Amino acid sequence: MTATTLYDKIWDAHLVSTDADGTSLLYIDRHLVHEVTSPQAFEGLRDAGRTVHAPDKTIAVPDHNVPTTLDRNSGIVENEESRIQLEALDKNARDFGIHYYPVDDVRQGIVHIVGPEQGWTLPGMTVVCGDSHTATHGAFGALAHGIGTSEVEHVLATQTLIQTKSKNMKVEITGQLRDGVTAKDVTMAVIGATGTAGGTGYVIEYCGQVIRDMSMEGRMTVCNMAIEGGARAGLIAPDQTTFDYVMGLPHAPKGAAWEQAMLWWKTLTTDDGAVFDEVLVIKGEDIAPLVTWGTSPEDVLPITATVPAPSDFTGGKIDAVERSLDYMGLTAGQNLTDIKIDVVFIGSCTNGRIEDLRAAAKILDGQKIKSGVRTLIVPGSGLVRAQAEEEGLDKIFLDAGAEWRLAGCSMCLAMNPDYLEPGERCAATSNRNFEGRQGRGGRTHLMSPAMAAAAAINGHLTDVREMMNS
Amino acid sequence: MDKFEKLSGTAAPMPLINIDTDMIIPKLFLKTIKRSGLGVNLFDEMRYDDDRNEIPDFVLNKPAYRDAKIIVAGDNFGCGSSREHAPWAIKDFGISCVISTSFADIFFNNCFKNGILPIILPKEQVDILMEDAQNGANARIEIDLAAQTITSADGKVISFEVDAFKKQCLLEGLDDIGLTLKKSSAIDAFESAAATARPWV
Repeated sequence: MTATTLYDKIWDAHLVSTDADGTSLLYIDRHLVHEVTSPQAFEGLRDAGRTVHAPDKTIAVPDHNVPTTLDRNSGIVENEESRIQLEALDKNARDFGIHYYPVDDVRQGIVHIVGPEQGWTLPGMTVVCGDSHTATHGAFGALAHGIGTSEVEHVLATQTLIQTKSKNMKVEITGQLRDGVTAKDVTMAVIGATGTAGGTGYVIEYCGQVIRDMSMEGRMTVCNMAIEGGARAGLIAPDQTTFDYVMGLPHAPKGAAWEQAMLWWKTLTTDDGAVFDEVLVIKGEDIAPLVTWGTSPEDVLPITATVPAPSDFTGGKIDAVERSLDYMGLTAGQNLTDIKIDVVFIGSCTNGRIEDLRAAAKILDGQKIKSGVRTLIVPGSGLVRAQAEEEGLDKIFLDAGAEWRLAGCSMCLAMNPDYLEPGERCAATSNRNFEGRQGRGGRTHLMSPAMAAAAAINGHLTDVREMMNS
Repeated sequence: MDKFEKLSGTAAPMPLINIDTDMIIPKLFLKTIKRSGLGVNLFDEMRYDDDRNEIPDFVLNKPAYRDAKIIVAGDNFGCGSSREHAPWAIKDFGISCVISTSFADIFFNNCFKNGILPIILPKEQVDILMEDAQNGANARIEIDLAAQTITSADGKVISFEVDAFKKQCLLEGLDDIGLTLKKSSAIDAFESAAATARPWV
């Protein structure tokens, strides 16, 4: 038998049909839905007189627009357009009978945090959502990727997706991470190495000792940003860490069904000798705590470095860097640790899980945030928030001077009232540093939760390792 | 879906690499529950200043390109989010074709669902078209999807590749969902088999 990759195996298990030209129909096990990319799809269904093919496999949760302030459960969403969009999701979820976690449900949160938390995401599944960060679910060994609204409508109507198969890329992180280096640094290091288009046309399988040693939270952070490297999806083969995490979750199989599932899940690994179209190997020991300096997620450097010059690059990147530095208000040669910040955002589908909040709390414990630095800590779900409060993390955050919010996407993309003012600079644990991403004219530096917490204390970008040694 | 057969029009040059979906349509405009009316906000933050006045230097604000039907763009156009609002805004503005060396995967697929043809060409050929586009309104180019050719103002003909299925859908304006529903029995058969093999799903 031909040796196959994990991606090949999941693909083959979901193939409904393949045409002569290779165009395939792929069955979708889980369809996650949020309020921004779904209204037009539900409208399309209604206009065509169609129904949702598999409401039991469709899960909706509002996240992008929801306010994260403590008064939101009084039902007031001040922005009218946001309110209409949230009401549309509420109506569509109820009309079509799909699983739904409304704003006032403690299980509500960012769709990519809620899905895994509730056991909707399981190894070997196909998972889609009208959101590019669906790649997150690849951490479970599920083939998961973002789709557009037309495809959302297609999945609602047929529970399938028209696809052509991607190529296989292996990204191996060997050895061990050094102190102060996290899953966020790993995924940023990969994007730094491939560039934002390096993964285009590929599904990435992350492997190696560093990945094996990583928690599920860390693996989700790694896969989450596969899309930032251009890949259709990121995958990590399920192992005991995965099974331990999944076991007992509300929608995970139980009893005999669990045993049957495990028999298959344990086969979900890439065979020895399987051929990858592309291979990238990074030594874990070579990765330092990273930050972005520009307006593309590929613009990463170790925190100990200096801002680069356009002349350090070639081709179209020269003009792009010139534009980035102008937008970011930075000068070539400046120490990254000299960059002052106005705002800190800790949260998002990249870094809004309990482990991320613990990492931030460890740095902030007993410390005070620099005066004038606004720090938003936004848990990824209501359950993450509850867990953090049980552990007393909220007290640490509040004592340090941070704001402790309710769950949502918040300042990752600033569709709700959490946004940067023009010229404000933010240390963010989210996934994109594009121009205007966190608010028109806002300047974003991406980094890990521990690094963001360190920046909050000092008021400028900081090497978290200095705080760990003290 | 609108058909795409032939297109003749001005091409606007946008040589910047990594033009992302936040540039194409900022999040402020994702709050709509409609697909239409987004053209006025295409490239909003590049196109208007803080007082909503047009920025004269931006390519689509220049007289020669206000009616552009094609964009010739730098590498990795459309990177970032899955928002279909990006192709909706492009189409609503009147642009039906984007030419680049590379596109982000989700954006690329979204284009085909909306009557927009994204064309991938080698860098040398994009460079030629970029230079032609910089010549302004005189640089009308013609695109023939059936023949898979681009004809520049001075008669140069460049061939391009396109996925056969996607080409057929564009040429005929086919509805993907309608096509898939013709395979309902295959989907039903898959579901029956999966119910035994993976009952926990």
